[in-house]
Amino acid sequence: MDLVNKIRTGNTRAIAKAISLIENETREKEELIDSIHPFTGNAFVIGVTGPPGAGKSTIVDRFIQFERDRNKKIAVIAVDPSSPFSGGAILGDRLRMQTHATDPGVFIRSMASRGHLGGISTATAGALTIFDAAGFDTIIIETIGVGQTEVEVIEMADLILLTLVPGMGDEIQAMKAGIMEIADLFLVNKCDIDGADRLKSEIEYMLMLGSEQNKASLPPIKLASAKNNTGTEELYSSIFERLNLFKNSGLLASRRKIRIQKEIEHIFASKLKELLYIKLNMEENIGLWIERVYNREIRPYNFVNKKMMELTKENVL
Amino acid sequence: MNKKIRIVIAKPGLDGHDRGAKYIARALKDAGYEVIYTGIRQTPESIVATAIQEDVDFVGLSLLSGAHNELFPRVVNLLKEQEAGEIIVFGGGVIPEEDLNFLKEKGVQAIFRPGAPISDVISFIKSKTGSTAA
Repeated sequence: MDLVNKIRTGNTRAIAKAISLIENETREKEELIDSIHPFTGNAFVIGVTGPPGAGKSTIVDRFIQFERDRNKKIAVIAVDPSSPFSGGAILGDRLRMQTHATDPGVFIRSMASRGHLGGISTATAGALTIFDAAGFDTIIIETIGVGQTEVEVIEMADLILLTLVPGMGDEIQAMKAGIMEIADLFLVNKCDIDGADRLKSEIEYMLMLGSEQNKASLPPIKLASAKNNTGTEELYSSIFERLNLFKNSGLLASRRKIRIQKEIEHIFASKLKELLYIKLNMEENIGLWIERVYNREIRPYNFVNKKMMELTKENVL
Repeated sequence: MNKKIRIVIAKPGLDGHDRGAKYIARALKDAGYEVIYTGIRQTPESIVATAIQEDVDFVGLSLLSGAHNELFPRVVNLLKEQEAGEIIVFGGGVIPEEDLNFLKEKGVQAIFRPGAPISDVISFIKSKTGSTAA
């Protein structure tokens, strides 16, 4: 495939088009992903997550600079929510990264969540694969501004940076489960604001409570101000220290295997669903089935089990 | 297949008045389009790089400083140079009537002047994408 060769040489237009093919669920998607698959697995993937307004895009902008200073190629996938009403979206993350727009070693792609919950979009994994094959050293996934449970980025990234800001101490309590548990590194951003130290100790306290491990193995908590560019280089170094640690301990490989497991499960589930919908003639029949369940003529589990049995007998399943 | 129309809304030049650009971005979002918003003081080069990386269908330029006759055609030309000439460029802002023909000739496909209703912009986009769906 000509497109694959172009992607591998880092051709911007080809990379951009390939991501659209994946994002738009085109027929070419499967072949494209399979053809680039042998050339992937080399990039480090960093997930940057946190609540809205925590400064995720600004910190990503700083990382881009640090990576470029070291002559590394970096790609950013920045996800913003789609409107549940119109399906449209305003993708404004790259606003904070526009100084890098014309740097050929930087590729920024905005993605709308397109109805997907979990803080990323369905096509995020595919876009990762493209950037990986295109030879980017580092790929950053910036999630939408998340609440407590949008933790799906953990299924994509080698390392998760959770960005928090002072003034949300009580929320930390509420966030104990979910998002707080997936962080490999905490950033207390906007550390010039009152309460940064307190937030740090609250995170520390929370981590100690939930863990039997000794303090040294807990995720580091860094203070920085992305806007004023203080503490950012230290944060940047600790991310790569952490990544190297993961690499040497085997954690990186096991995470990547979990990612592959999720991917295989996901492909099976969606293929199976597709098959079922065709075999059951779902579109035509679902209206009738709804009516019958609504009128209490049939019971949901009993009905579905019967249908599944029929399909098994017909050797469809 | 689930194609979404993607549009960059950008402000080239040095004026910092982005109310119009933000308004149009918001309205296009409400009409179901994916809008990439780049903010103020963008160079034609950065706008074109953004349009290509984001694989957009349209570039909408907003400008109030009077430099439209230089900057709008520059964006069109850069897109062509980078083999992305199929991306449609339109513009808006304080643009005198006598400049409209010049800009059209230079490949800016539509200009929306102050007071133009948002429905005009949406009809223009629909006419170019040949569909009613966003």
